Amino acid sequence: MVRKRSMSVVAAIAAAGLGLAACGQSSGGGGDTVELTIAANAIAGGKNSASAEHITKWVIPKFEEAQKAKGKDVTVKFVPSGVDDEQYKTKLSLDLKSGKGADVFDFDSIWVGEFAEAGYVKPLSEFVGPEADSWDGWAQIPGAVQEMASFNGKKYALPVGTDGRVLYFNKTLFAKAGLPADWQPTSWQEILDASAKLKSAGVPVPIQLNAGTAMGEATSMQGALPLLAGAGGEVQQDGKWSGASQPVKDVLGLYQKIYGGGLGDPKLQQEAKGRDKSFQQFAEGEVGILLEGDYFWRSVVNPKTGVAPMADRDQTVGYAMIPAIEPGKGIHGQDFVSMSGGGVRTVNPNSAHPKEAFELLTFMLSPDALREETKDGNMRITPRTDVNKEILAGDPLLTFVSEKVLPVTAYRPPLAVYTQVSVALQEATAAIVSGTAPDQAAADYQKKLEGIVGGAGNIAS
Amino acid sequence: MAQATSPPEVVQEDRSRRGGYSSDAAGLGRGRAAAFVAPALLLIAVFLVFPALWVLYLGLTNYRLTGAAAAEPQFVGLDNLIEAVTTPELWNSTWLTLQFVLGSAVIGQVVLGFTIAWLMRDRTGPLKRAVEGLVILAWILPSAIVSFLWVALLDADDGTLNAMLGIPGFPWLLDHPMLSIIIFNTWRGTAFSMMLYGAALGNVPPSHLESARLAGASGWQQLRDVVFPHIRGHILTNLLLISLWTFNDFSPFLLTAGGPDGRSEVLAVHVYKVALQSGELGHGAAVSTVILLINLVVAVFYLRLLRSKK
Repeated sequence: MVRKRSMSVVAAIAAAGLGLAACGQSSGGGGDTVELTIAANAIAGGKNSASAEHITKWVIPKFEEAQKAKGKDVTVKFVPSGVDDEQYKTKLSLDLKSGKGADVFDFDSIWVGEFAEAGYVKPLSEFVGPEADSWDGWAQIPGAVQEMASFNGKKYALPVGTDGRVLYFNKTLFAKAGLPADWQPTSWQEILDASAKLKSAGVPVPIQLNAGTAMGEATSMQGALPLLAGAGGEVQQDGKWSGASQPVKDVLGLYQKIYGGGLGDPKLQQEAKGRDKSFQQFAEGEVGILLEGDYFWRSVVNPKTGVAPMADRDQTVGYAMIPAIEPGKGIHGQDFVSMSGGGVRTVNPNSAHPKEAFELLTFMLSPDALREETKDGNMRITPRTDVNKEILAGDPLLTFVSEKVLPVTAYRPPLAVYTQVSVALQEATAAIVSGTAPDQAAADYQKKLEGIVGGAGNIAS
Repeated sequence: MAQATSPPEVVQEDRSRRGGYSSDAAGLGRGRAAAFVAPALLLIAVFLVFPALWVLYLGLTNYRLTGAAAAEPQFVGLDNLIEAVTTPELWNSTWLTLQFVLGSAVIGQVVLGFTIAWLMRDRTGPLKRAVEGLVILAWILPSAIVSFLWVALLDADDGTLNAMLGIPGFPWLLDHPMLSIIIFNTWRGTAFSMMLYGAALGNVPPSHLESARLAGASGWQQLRDVVFPHIRGHILTNLLLISLWTFNDFSPFLLTAGGPDGRSEVLAVHVYKVALQSGELGHGAAVSTVILLINLVVAVFYLRLLRSKK
């Protein structure tokens, strides 16, 4: 009796295991029908709802139709997610680690390096074939944007879009402080001067510059990194990471002038929902200047669909390029700087139908698909210049970003350790906010960096 | 239970003759006995021993979820373990876990479970069935659903509790994260203790209680001198089980995600954050090794208590 029960337990467990394995299978290869799956961190009615609906209602039926016209029977299934980026990354990594996962999936360009090093993604031309390099869309995608989807000079994915960072300011508050509505600072000192004027005009938060670990990557992308570029530094250059270098000290010095000088609100940087709160305060007219990406314009203060909508956005919100510390002192001798990121989309190296999956990939980046995706106020900067010219004309900020900001922008190093370095950088800004001196914070940063990147030999200071 | 496992008379004679337990009480012979336990041992080996050893091994490597170390992990010796025990986060999490175990299991579930069992011991009928039904319902519902309900209950702006108390905007999960998860877990896990004590109280001979009452013992004296000595073994077994379960419980994550600022980051959540969110699988395995050791200490402590006065 006991034995019988044990055996049936074994059988049940084995059956469950088989069942799980079957569930994880991405696509069946049998017969003439090709089955493909697309995964993205988007879900109808939740996160990135518009792009989830675009995939299910437009991409899938149109793609199946187009394939049928060519005599191929292809069915496509969408696997939605609606979670934090980190959780999506965990899920994706575990799927890919076990040799499973969707045939086509979206991910953040900053993960390209670590996924490639782990062998989760492969250069497209290696398993898709020569058509990966000969796709006609490449000619329309700027080199820097292509670079986001590349690692060690090889193309691992197709870029899905990009963004740029600017200084937003409240024109009403600027008028009160006697500042111009077409403000464009050319040095950090001018930002500090404007903040001081806003302060004496009674603006509660003259400037919001993201700092601290609670804001996570937002501190790096909308704070430390664009400033570092403005100080002529890069987080990693020619294989060496910048330690307690002059640019790093300059950046921390600016943080100190802002948060030690009462120009920013240090408490806001420590709160769990500090970033959301800063958006709210900007929308309520309590913040003078705020450094953010075009996301802020599209999704935060957007009068229709924003999370902190401003009905008078187009009249009240001004924007300016981020200046270098002094003219000509930014990276590559630039006067103005920015940082960019963006999503990419690739074919799973484990896919049973890499060629069809790649066709789906290019189909989703065809001008028609992008036009369809960005209509009805879902405007964003697509990777294609031809499409951008057409669709961005209606939006002043996105035109500004694509014409003025993207030519001077910079990208994060696509390496696995970057995410750890980024956290160390966030901790350095957190130290400044809570009163540490810039030199000390820079020295602590260098020490942490040595632990992360494997010794002082990989650091330039 | 006690009666079913006590050896039959024959064996007792056997024992008195030889001065010890027979090594083959069931008369199966070594080979057949081995065949009987083999499937169970195999399951234990595959699903318990092997994963534990695997964790020990992973803890000695720099294995990561992504990056080059995911493809080819390097052996780093005790580095992970040293890093784990020298960072304050681990000890902060251990302290929070102790609070969680003491608060929700040892105090919350045991006291509440025993109280319900004691109050219901002589009752029958709809009240008893209703109370037990509700308590057990809290235990058998899936965690994801239950925690969703609790988030709806405790939410600062639209939460049911704040609406009832008339204090909209009071952030329970932010201002009192540990208290929230302790009360949550008490509510969630009381059923087991209640059922176990309910069964144990049935084993207390009514005649003993009757004599105590005749001798003029108060309610508390009856409990202390008659009931507790009888169910001592049950109490310790219950404590052992729920302490270990609570120690490794992950559901607080569903309520507070370990936050704010790690103020409710119990060990199970800490491991998840290190191993999966930060992707440091090797480091996470080292932390798991520490947890394994703490669990062993807890288990040994209870087992010794259980044996000490037999």
